[in-house]
Amino acid sequence: MKEYQTITEISGPLVFVETDEPVGYDEIVEIEIGDGETRRGQVLESASDHVAIQVFEGTEGIDRDASVRFLGETMKMPVTEDLLGRVMDGTGQPIDGGPEIVPDDRQDIVGAAINPYSREYPEEFIQTGVSAIDGMNTLVRGQKLPIFSASGLPHNDLALQIARQASVPEEEEGSEEGSEFAVIFGAMGITAEEANEFMDDFERTGALERSVVFMNLADDPAVERTITPRLALTTAEYLAFEKDYHVLVILTDMTNYCEALREIGAAREEVPGRRGYPGYMYTDLAQLYERAGRIEGRDGSVTQIPILTMPGDDDTHPIPDLTGYITEGQIYIDRDLNSQGVQPPINVLPSLSRLMDDGIGEGLTRADHADVKDQIFAAYAEGEDLRDLVNIVGREALSDLDNKYLDFADRFEEEFVDQGYDTDRDIDETLELGWDLLSMLPKDALNRIDEELIEEHYREEETAEEVAAD
Amino acid sequence: MSQATESDVREDGIIESVSGPVVTARDLDARMNDVVYVGSEGLMGEVIEIEGNITTIQVYEETSGVSPGEPVEGTGAPLSVDLGPGMLDAIYDGVQRPLDVLEEKMGSAYLDRGVDAPGIDLEKEWEFQPEVAEGDSVEAGDIVGTVPETPSIDHKVMVPPNSDGGEVTAIESGTFTVEETVVELDSGEEIQMRQEWPVRQQRPSVDKETPTEPLISGQRVLDGLFPIAKGGTAAIPGPFGSGKTVTQHQLAKWADADIVVYVGCGERGNEMTEVIEDFPELEDPITGNALMDRTCLIANTSNMPVAARESCVYTGITIAEYFRDMGYDVALMADSTSRWAEAMREISSRLEEMPGEEGYPAYLSARLSAFYERAGYFSNINGTEGSVSVIGAVSPPGGDFSEPVTQNTLRIVKTFWALDADLAERRHFPSINWNESYSLYREQLDPWFVDNVRDDWPETRQWAIDTLDEEAELQEIVQLVGKDALPEDQQLTLEIARYLREAWLQQNAFHPTDTYCEPEKTYRIMDAIKTYNDEAFEALDAGVPVEELTDIESAPRLNRIGVQEDYNEYIDELEDDITSELRELY
Repeated sequence: MKEYQTITEISGPLVFVETDEPVGYDEIVEIEIGDGETRRGQVLESASDHVAIQVFEGTEGIDRDASVRFLGETMKMPVTEDLLGRVMDGTGQPIDGGPEIVPDDRQDIVGAAINPYSREYPEEFIQTGVSAIDGMNTLVRGQKLPIFSASGLPHNDLALQIARQASVPEEEEGSEEGSEFAVIFGAMGITAEEANEFMDDFERTGALERSVVFMNLADDPAVERTITPRLALTTAEYLAFEKDYHVLVILTDMTNYCEALREIGAAREEVPGRRGYPGYMYTDLAQLYERAGRIEGRDGSVTQIPILTMPGDDDTHPIPDLTGYITEGQIYIDRDLNSQGVQPPINVLPSLSRLMDDGIGEGLTRADHADVKDQIFAAYAEGEDLRDLVNIVGREALSDLDNKYLDFADRFEEEFVDQGYDTDRDIDETLELGWDLLSMLPKDALNRIDEELIEEHYREEETAEEVAAD
Repeated sequence: MSQATESDVREDGIIESVSGPVVTARDLDARMNDVVYVGSEGLMGEVIEIEGNITTIQVYEETSGVSPGEPVEGTGAPLSVDLGPGMLDAIYDGVQRPLDVLEEKMGSAYLDRGVDAPGIDLEKEWEFQPEVAEGDSVEAGDIVGTVPETPSIDHKVMVPPNSDGGEVTAIESGTFTVEETVVELDSGEEIQMRQEWPVRQQRPSVDKETPTEPLISGQRVLDGLFPIAKGGTAAIPGPFGSGKTVTQHQLAKWADADIVVYVGCGERGNEMTEVIEDFPELEDPITGNALMDRTCLIANTSNMPVAARESCVYTGITIAEYFRDMGYDVALMADSTSRWAEAMREISSRLEEMPGEEGYPAYLSARLSAFYERAGYFSNINGTEGSVSVIGAVSPPGGDFSEPVTQNTLRIVKTFWALDADLAERRHFPSINWNESYSLYREQLDPWFVDNVRDDWPETRQWAIDTLDEEAELQEIVQLVGKDALPEDQQLTLEIARYLREAWLQQNAFHPTDTYCEPEKTYRIMDAIKTYNDEAFEALDAGVPVEELTDIESAPRLNRIGVQEDYNEYIDELEDDITSELRELY
């Protein structure tokens, strides 16, 4: 182990050290300051006579006399099944007062890329019990589906609801084959209050025992946030691909993570990309998000639900924008729906699940799922459009059919989307509700649905009643 | 990736510094763009800058743990690909390492470092059938034999383009590996099935010609309104979730090219897996063989090293050019060129180069044009004709088309398929905006459509365009006053345009029949709507109220044509029904 007392510069989260022996890129460093306290950091740049180190716990109190030790290895996460039920801080140190963790293995936190050839395509439906997701933007095992939210919106409630209710239909039928469900929760820069909300819910529902929690709070060092999600994902990969768990990883809030990246980039005086974020942010985010997936021949899976708050509700901001280009869809939390009291306030129109089409249909969910979804999307979009018009010309000026679309859009929000955070709907309930709503429209208007399916599911009596009422 | 021969190796150097994918080395004797092996693990890299004694290298693999002082070994050769039988049905990373071989060699589902593998199987034996005889004289590029590579494609073995040619002194049929000599020339030159070619250099040709044949995609909105030529270039820009990848996949599946090279550049791992799992099971509509038999995949997903992302489009286009030289029509899909541009930006910023617009390097535009210029309809040096069509997806940040990558791309390509988030939101797929998109090939391809589909293809298409244009104008008024305030003829136009949108432009990529639509069917659906239009307007002139015209029972059946397999019969009957129903009204 090499030790130096040759710090030349301290700037923001960075420390520059002169060295006489080469140091590996990305290596882990320990810095011991006057009072015996030890900080950890990582080599960001390595040249033959000096290195730049990023200090996770902040550079406060470090002086030029501090001694720097290079550990000769890259950052590792000690992993074991015993991590389930444990709470750690943002650097992976237990903070729950529990027993010491005896690792089964120590794994590099910068996960290697999964060979695309070795992946298995995700197509197993995960039932979240939330109609706006299951019915309209279905989540599948191994998918990465972020929640696009903004300040003041209840994204945490939705994340918790999903964590509570998520199940895979085959498990319900009792055909469990040892593949258990686990939740990894990686918090980056959330407030203590939010953290309590999550922890209380985990404890209340007993979910904690199948969870691993990594907590980096708002007052913890920002730089630490860049390793928290990597620790969480390394643990997830271990549980999924070596211990056969189906792991759901919730990462919140990705916006704080990106802010930390920007802070380091600025300290290094890098050429910034859009809005001051580093030019490599796409690659960096991809290295996190792409760690979701399934691997051929392994029973487990890693499913990711990253949460991000869009600054100014703007989805063209670099953080949601780059995220959307990497993840397989997104769920939008909508401010208007929220103020109408819709729970969860999911706006299905801009939301999307890219892996949905292969995860639904006969044998997976139901044969009519795809058509019903398409028709609801089309009808709801039509209704939304008409709302603008109604404000100008009034309802009377619209045709019968247009009025039906308007009613459809209203009922869709009130009945289909607004189910409350405690209602757990299975996929049959969700689709039947969809048919209830679609039957408000005349059969001719259902041009996205196969005729046979219309015959099978269309509620004849409702329209008959309506005709009578007319 | 091609293996350099021992004799080329030049003076080795020592690592000076490491910063992400950029490594500098001291005392390395290398030329610009030479491939080098970095560090004790032998990570592959490429020389991108030489300044005095310091050489800057971009490394194609993760550099964690690499430290100054480790050796750098030069190969003396630029980044090249292996060309020969065995590339179809293959899946490569950005520097042509076969991913299936890597999985086997690394014994892990994760990509390890410092493992190299040849781009084509050196052991496998192929059936070689000579095309020339002893005593014939051959020149560079000439086809000397064929190998049945897959059920769909005969691989043509060619004299390398940089050969001097000569008289054939020995040639025989039989089974050979790609490294065994199949032809000997009097000059002493021995020709193998395997060639190498540096990826950043265009393969030579005689001439570039004006393309006159469309690349039929089986997508109504593309073939019908915005066709691309064989040898043409197209860009598909769109915000996330607007369907770029689905459109690219549809093209890769159904385009009537002989060979498809699909480059997944910095995109999602699961998407590439979908292609790997789907394509072997899909049937090529033209030959009936598996689609994979004509496909070469290059997958450099977003989390794979950024430098290899920069090189993957070049690897792809070099492979495409090689098949073009055999006289094939090749289509190359690059998804997404923005990720390629971002890789350039990332490397450029690590080099501390002066940035151009939005941090992209000043040479962005030059690189993009040089890449797209490698597309075209070519007269090859061996007398055959072949084409490379390039279709590049662009991912503009925030869906804003004014950003540098989109703008620089649009200056070069002749077809623009603008994806629209609004259309995608209402699940109108493919969500290609018909008002914004364009194709500059339309006129030069019309003669083909007239000869091969129908005489009045251009006129009928123009009618559809006019109707859609009129709708766009009318919609603005409708937004203000409502539909019922419009005169009756305009209300009817809106209804017709709706059918054009829903029955013709919309197409369900996931429906087994609707996913592919041949040009004849594209024409017939459009024509059926026009029949409805013509008959309805006549009835309107005769005084029938517009509600009755739009309420006829048979019209909604237009929306079902797409999913009909025996569409001719269905359309004949439907046209009769619409006509008779309308004529009964007056």
